[in-house]
Amino acid sequence: MSARALWVLGIFIALVMLLAVGLTLNPREVPSPLVGKAAPPFELPLLRDPDKTFTTKERLGSVWLLNVWASWCVSCREEHPVLLELAKTGAVPVYGLNYKDRREDGLRWLAAYGDPYHLSVVDPQGRIGIDYGVYGVPETYVIDKRGVIRYKQIGPVTREVLAQKILPLVGQLSRE
Amino acid sequence: MNRLFWVLLVVPFLAGRGLADNQPDLDQRVAAIAAELRCLVCQNQSIAESNADLAVDLRRQIREQLKEGRSERDVLDFMVQRYGDFVLYRPPLKASTFLLWGGPFLLLVLGIFLLARKIRSVRRPAPQLSEAERARAAALLGTGKE
Repeated sequence: MSARALWVLGIFIALVMLLAVGLTLNPREVPSPLVGKAAPPFELPLLRDPDKTFTTKERLGSVWLLNVWASWCVSCREEHPVLLELAKTGAVPVYGLNYKDRREDGLRWLAAYGDPYHLSVVDPQGRIGIDYGVYGVPETYVIDKRGVIRYKQIGPVTREVLAQKILPLVGQLSRE
Repeated sequence: MNRLFWVLLVVPFLAGRGLADNQPDLDQRVAAIAAELRCLVCQNQSIAESNADLAVDLRRQIREQLKEGRSERDVLDFMVQRYGDFVLYRPPLKASTFLLWGGPFLLLVLGIFLLARKIRSVRRPAPQLSEAERARAAALLGTGKE
């Protein structure tokens, strides 16, 4: 084979590899700059009891999940059974952030599909959502004992993600 | 009665003028920042162009922060802290974005190099054949001896 043909073949293979990697990446998964940083603190009223509030400070010292959900969010229904199963095992408490939703809609949704949350807080204006860099609901954050975000799941939590990423990480963080 | 009518007619315009004095300036600043930010929900639009819920919220956020007297730089930093460099249409130059900024220039240099090589090879004078080679070529081509 001539040097020229080798060159062309080499360039072709490089291009194929570039496209094979580039076109299979998911452009919706933007790496969050918040992973490895302290979870933005908040104090928000509870969904079930607006007179009471929850603050992130209460969770210091234990590992927990923050799941951003809404009654209008279609993919949230997809992940809901997974969260219900997780809640049943009690491996890690899941706290809900009811995002840009109406209270009655959120409550009705939980009544209809089950409530996997230790508790849910409401963020009707989506302000805390902005602090957490939420752009596609559902999103789930794994927060460690020191209050640092260690993992962010964009989009629904699937059984694979739970088994392969979230639960092993929670186990490791609990031992830290 | 008549006078009251005129007063009522004119007052809204005066009020409007008062507002107009500082609004357009703020609007322009909000729009300028919004045009620099990528909407993460509909990724091929800027926050200024998009009507997605999140874009509307972020435009409101920009407006509030500017009203509070923060600078353009502060607002952009606020967004980057939450959504990463990806939200900026003009991300800063660092190791992870080097290929993005430098890539076109690398390709340009590569192109110039290849072009120069090509031009040089075209210009190179045809090789001179020795007497023996000439004879062999003639024999192979069957044109006989000169």
